[in-house]
Amino acid sequence: MPMQIGEKEFKQRVTKGLDDNFMRGAVRSAQGRLQNNRASAADELGDWEDWRTLGKEIRQHTIEHLDYYLHQLSEKVAELGGNVFFAETAEEANEYVKNVVKSKNAKKIAKSKSMVTEEISMNEALEELGCDVVETDLGEYILQMDDHDPPSHIVAPALHKNKEQIRDVFRDKLGYEKTEKPEELALFAREKLREEFLSAEVGITGCNFAVAESGSFALVTNEGNARMVTTLPETQITVMGMERIVPGWEELDIVVSLLTRAAVGQKLTSYITALTGPKQSEEGDGPEEFHLVIVDNGRSKILGTEFQEALHCIRCAACINVCPVYRHVGGHAYGSIYPGPIGAVLSPLLSDYDEYKDLPYASSLCGACTEVCPVKIPLHEQLIAHRRNIIEEDKKGSLAEKVAMKGFGQMAGSANLYQMATKMAPILSTPFSSKNQIRKGLGPLKHWTESRDFPKPANESFRSWFKQRNKRGVQHDVRKH
Amino acid sequence: MTLGNIENRERFLSNIRDKIGGLSADKPVQKPNWSTQPQYRVLKDQNQDQLIKVLKDQCKHIHTDFYHTDEQHLDETLNEIFEEYGVRSIVYTCDSRFQDHKVDTSLKQSGLDTWEWDDNEKEASIQFSEKADVGITFSDITLAESGTVVLFNGQGKGRSVSLLPQNYIAIIPKSTIVKRMTQATEKIHKQVENGEDISSCINFITGPSNSADIEMNLIVGVHGPIRAAYVVVDDI
Ligand code: SF4
Repeated sequence: MPMQIGEKEFKQRVTKGLDDNFMRGAVRSAQGRLQNNRASAADELGDWEDWRTLGKEIRQHTIEHLDYYLHQLSEKVAELGGNVFFAETAEEANEYVKNVVKSKNAKKIAKSKSMVTEEISMNEALEELGCDVVETDLGEYILQMDDHDPPSHIVAPALHKNKEQIRDVFRDKLGYEKTEKPEELALFAREKLREEFLSAEVGITGCNFAVAESGSFALVTNEGNARMVTTLPETQITVMGMERIVPGWEELDIVVSLLTRAAVGQKLTSYITALTGPKQSEEGDGPEEFHLVIVDNGRSKILGTEFQEALHCIRCAACINVCPVYRHVGGHAYGSIYPGPIGAVLSPLLSDYDEYKDLPYASSLCGACTEVCPVKIPLHEQLIAHRRNIIEEDKKGSLAEKVAMKGFGQMAGSANLYQMATKMAPILSTPFSSKNQIRKGLGPLKHWTESRDFPKPANESFRSWFKQRNKRGVQHDVRKH
Repeated sequence: MTLGNIENRERFLSNIRDKIGGLSADKPVQKPNWSTQPQYRVLKDQNQDQLIKVLKDQCKHIHTDFYHTDEQHLDETLNEIFEEYGVRSIVYTCDSRFQDHKVDTSLKQSGLDTWEWDDNEKEASIQFSEKADVGITFSDITLAESGTVVLFNGQGKGRSVSLLPQNYIAIIPKSTIVKRMTQATEKIHKQVENGEDISSCINFITGPSNSADIEMNLIVGVHGPIRAAYVVVDDI
């Protein structure tokens, strides 16, 4: 599964996360900071609830008429001389991009951060061609230099690394000789990446939002790498998940304002870059050639279902920053490039329950995610819906069978994870999940205890409980042999 | 202009249409009346001078130096910044406003190494910008709330000028200042509605480039400029 990260099973990933002290400290402080920034940016506006309502209405309208807006977008892009490819699968998208790269005879490709290319493993596909693919977002660059360590946070991908580790990666891979000061590390990366920008033949970007009415694409960044990627290389390829679109510029204003506030607490990030077609003939810099790849890769399966709202997501990571479970286990534990509450909702949808059946249980259902989501996605309700479906499939035997065939008789894991989730709710009454919210979240949980005979969690700390839980798991395995 | 290709569209969209019960794509969809429009309430009733104050305050949060001057003293102010930033080489856009307000003559007389962006000399212009100490552009629209200059790049106005040099200066005619992004996107939306071409690259620039990717410490100056200054100019 391309969007999958890490080989280990869920419980091993969780244990690894719990054992990594730096990572947990980093996650906690990052969460705290991002969460505070978001809260003060929201407060400052005064009428944040109205903004959220408008954001929700815009996303809902757009997704309900997605066929129309994608059609309009593609017409506009083609009018401007850009090429549009609609890719139903990851393979189709990668094939198309590979063909463009081959036709340009390109050897070096500069990329700016993009979740969807990560999801479809585009880098690997391009590397097969013998191309040098350079990630240019500072966090992504660090991970790439460290033998493709997977990202752990949507907005801050290298969150799990400390500056000494980064210094060592730069020293070992790039001959860096200075100290672990963040400024020196960044300056070094700036110089290294300048060379790459200037020599890349193709630039690849993701897309925060496409604007249907004019065939434009907005990239929201702070570092300026997305601007480099769309200014210097001769050919630009933009890859978008098919839901990342708004009707017009007036709606772009709203979703961008929500995104920058919810993600990092900024009124706007340093650079919002809106690109429309390739450069005009009389212009100097900018790409001569423009390609747009619109990716489905499982998204259309979600349309028309009870999970449609998951496609409203604008990838701000606010839900991740408030999540008490993410706080404890870190991004890698989710085993998906989409971590946190939205990852727990989305990953099983884009892939399937066999792959990600554990994730809907990696939540205490405290509802903090739902409360902060700038477009009002009812995340914890969607997690409950997932659990319901998983139990249904389990009853029918379809899921357990598939799981057994894969060789890990782990279905009991769901019960344990359920236990983990309920156990976490009381311990993790953090400043941002008031008692009220937890109670609100526990309501629906109670229903599950009644319908399934789950053991009442003992009064242990999460950590010792988790160890215990693992031991129980091991015994269970031993008995089986 | 030659039209681009569109591949695979019908199958892809009809699959979506089946799921959401959409109409055929050529039936125009009407946007609903949104139930609330909070964006118009931001900085409501603030006049131009009050907006300058908002912009100035916001500059503190975005690591941007703020200057306020008039046309007569513009070259003086620019020289002050050059000194402060240790500038020896300057690239600026080919924009008639540099001539209209006699900025180009004063730049040329400054004794510093100057380059006016030249679309026909793309490589040389990029080379110069890459090494330049400062890039200067005029702001086309300026957003007070966020402290943002909006640049409509295009003929003569290279994307590189505000991106590649070490430092960046935006000259902000007072008349370009509006409340927030809403007023800028409204203007662009009108252009689209009227069938006008919009700029192939519109930059909303808010201060110097930065990153928090290393232990969440803010580092100012990553790929783009390391320092930024805004110069608000009265009477233009
Ligand atoms: S689900 Fe909501 S809060 Fe979470 S990333 Fe998406 S938009 Fe942000």
